[in-house]
Amino acid sequence: MSSEVDVTAPGIGLPEGDDAEAEAGLWRRAYDNLRSGNLGVLPIVIGLALIVVFFSYKATNFFTADNFNNIIVQMAGLTMLAFGVVFVLLLGEIDLSIGYLSGIAALAVAEFQLAGSSHQYPGLVAIAIAVGLCAFIGGVQGSIVAKVGVPSFVVTLAGLLIWQGVILQVLEVKGVIVIQDAWINDTANHYFTARVGWIIAAVVTGVYALGTLGSVVSNRRAGVAIRRPLLVVAKVVGVAVATFGTVAVSNHANVPNGLPLAGVLVVIFLIVLTFLAKRTPFGRHVYAVGGNAEAARRAGINVARIRIIVFMISGGMAGVGGVILAARLNSVDLNVGGGTLLLDAISAAVIGGTSLFGGRGEVRSALLGALVIATVSNGLNTAGYKTGTIYIVTGVILLLAVTLDTIARRLQARSGR
Amino acid sequence: MGASSGFVVGNATPVSETPILQLRGISKSFGSVQALTDVDFEVRLGEVMALVGDNGAGKSTLIKCVAGIHSPDSGQILFDGKPVHIHSPKDAARLGIEFVYQDLALCDNLDVVQNMYLGREERDWLFRLKEPLMEQRTAETLKSLSVTTIRSIRQPVASLSGGQRQSVAVAKAVQWNSKLVILDEPTAALGVAQTRQVLELVKRLADQGLAVVLISHNLHDVFEVATSITVLRLGRDVGVYEREKTTQQEVVQAITAGIPTKVSGIPETTPELAS
Repeated sequence: MSSEVDVTAPGIGLPEGDDAEAEAGLWRRAYDNLRSGNLGVLPIVIGLALIVVFFSYKATNFFTADNFNNIIVQMAGLTMLAFGVVFVLLLGEIDLSIGYLSGIAALAVAEFQLAGSSHQYPGLVAIAIAVGLCAFIGGVQGSIVAKVGVPSFVVTLAGLLIWQGVILQVLEVKGVIVIQDAWINDTANHYFTARVGWIIAAVVTGVYALGTLGSVVSNRRAGVAIRRPLLVVAKVVGVAVATFGTVAVSNHANVPNGLPLAGVLVVIFLIVLTFLAKRTPFGRHVYAVGGNAEAARRAGINVARIRIIVFMISGGMAGVGGVILAARLNSVDLNVGGGTLLLDAISAAVIGGTSLFGGRGEVRSALLGALVIATVSNGLNTAGYKTGTIYIVTGVILLLAVTLDTIARRLQARSGR
Repeated sequence: MGASSGFVVGNATPVSETPILQLRGISKSFGSVQALTDVDFEVRLGEVMALVGDNGAGKSTLIKCVAGIHSPDSGQILFDGKPVHIHSPKDAARLGIEFVYQDLALCDNLDVVQNMYLGREERDWLFRLKEPLMEQRTAETLKSLSVTTIRSIRQPVASLSGGQRQSVAVAKAVQWNSKLVILDEPTAALGVAQTRQVLELVKRLADQGLAVVLISHNLHDVFEVATSITVLRLGRDVGVYEREKTTQQEVVQAITAGIPTKVSGIPETTPELAS
C-alpha cells in the first residue's frame, strides 16, 4: 500500500501573471470599475448635483451666493461630528454619545468664557478645555469598550443618556448661557476678506499639488509604477477648481460676504484626518482592526489602544462640532446637542459610503454626506417645507444611498473583486 | 511493535547540524486535562519538519507554547542552542519565529502590500508610511518566492484566491529575516491546484535555508514536502520519522496507535531498547 502513494501530485503548472494587465489604460479601468460596481464618489456627486438643480427650480433664493455661504456654515458642525463617526465606523463600532457630547462641549465652552465668573478663560483656552474634555470622555467610553468588552452600542447609549442628563441638570438652573467671547463666536461667524480667501485657495491647492508631486517623485525613485497618471492630474485640477470656485462664490455673497472660517476649519480637519487615516501607521491599523481584529492582534497591533484612541477622536470631533454649533447661535440652551444631530452625523458618514461593519470608508465621505444632508435640509427650508418633510426626505436619501452601495458591492462580489 | 528502519528515537540526530528550535520535555495541562506530557521536538535549518497527530493530540498546544500564547508547565525551549523564554508572539517574532495560521490572519479589506507590512509599517520621521518602499520590497519578496500568480499587489486580499491568500500569508511570515516558519494547516481549505501552489512554496522556503514546521492532517501533503515527521498522540510524542525511510502506513499507525517513546514516570521504554 505504501508504495502506491504518489509523492508527486499531478503536474499542474503555476498560472502565469498577466503583465499586460498593469498597462491597461485609464478608460479601460474606469469601464471595469463601472461594470463591477466600484463607483466611488460618483453616485453621491451626481445625486448632489440633482438636488441642487431641483431646489434651484423649486426655490428662488436657493441658488445664490448668500445661501451657498449659509450652507457651509450650517453644515460645519455636523461635518465635524461626522468626521469622528467615520473613524468609529471604520472599526465596526458605533458612538451614540456624540450628539450630547457635542452639547457638553458647548456647555463647557460657554461656561469657561463666562464673563464675571471665577473661571473665565480666553476663548481659545475655553475651546481647548471643551474639546479636551470631550476627547477624555470619549477615551473613557472607549476604554470600557476596549478593555472591559462592553459593546460600544451599550456604552455610548448610556453615554447619550448620561450627558443629556448632565446638560438638563446644569441648564435647568442656568437657562441660557450667552457666549460673548469673540474667538469662540468667530468659529462660526467669521468671514475672510476677498484677498485672504484667494490666498487660502492658493495655499490649499498648492499644498495638495505639492503633496501629489512628492508622492509621484518618491514612487518614481523607488521604481514603482504610477497608477492612473491621468487621474492624478485630474484630481489636482479638481481640487483647484473646487477651492477657487468656493472662494469665488463666497466672495460674491453679500450678507455675509467672504469665505467663512467654519468652512476653512472643515477643510483643515478633512486634510489632517485624511492624512491620519491614509498615510500613517495608526490609520492603517484602524482599517486593519475594522477588517479583521484577530489578524490585527496577531500582527502585533495593540487593538485596545487603537479602539480607545478612535473613541477619543470621535469624542474630540464631537467637541469641535459642539463649539461651532454653539458659536453659530452665540449661546447654549436646553436643546443643545439634541434633535437629529446624532443621527444626521451617522447618516452623513453612511451616505458618503462608509460601511457600518468596519474596514471600509473614507474621511471625505463624511463631508460629502453632510453636504447632501445640509443641502436637502436647507433647500426644503428655503422652498417652505416643514420639518416633517425634511426628516422624510433625509430618510429616503439615506435608504437610497445605502441600497445603491449594497447593490454595488454585490456586483463587485459577483465580478470577483 | 518492533521499530522499523525509519524509526528514529528520542534525541537521535538525523542531520548533523544543531537544531534551530529544540523543545525538551514540554508538559502543559489545562486544569485536569493533561494536554502535553514530556514532549520533545526539534527542527533544523533547511528542513521541513511535519507535525502530525489526530485531533486533540496536542499539536496546536505545542505550537502555542512556541508562540508564547501558552507557557509550558515544565520543560525547556532552546532556540539556536540557547534556552529562551517566550512570553508573547512578539518575543517569538524577535527570535525569528513566524507563524502562518489556519484561518490566514489577513485583513480582507487591505491590499497585499498593506497586509505584508501590517503591524510593522515603515514610516518616516513625520509618521508617514513609506508606501513606495513597502511596495517595492513586497514585490521583491513575492518574486524571490516565485509567487507569480498575483496580478497586482495593490489589490485587496479579498479578491485573491485561497492559494494566493495563503501565499501572501507565507510571504508575510518570511519577509522578516525569520529563521523558522510554522505553518498551521496551510492547505486545509484549498483545492488541488492551490494546495500544490502552497506546497511548492513550502519547499522553496526550506531550499532557501529556513526551518519549516508544517502542521497538517493531510499525510499526502506531508509526504510530498516534509523531510521528517514528528508524530504526536494523546499529548505525547510517539517518534520522529524520516520521510525517505518510512511509509504513510507506518505514520498512520503511529498516529492512531503509536506507543510513546517516553512515558512520564517510567524513565525509558522498549522502543529505546529496540533500536
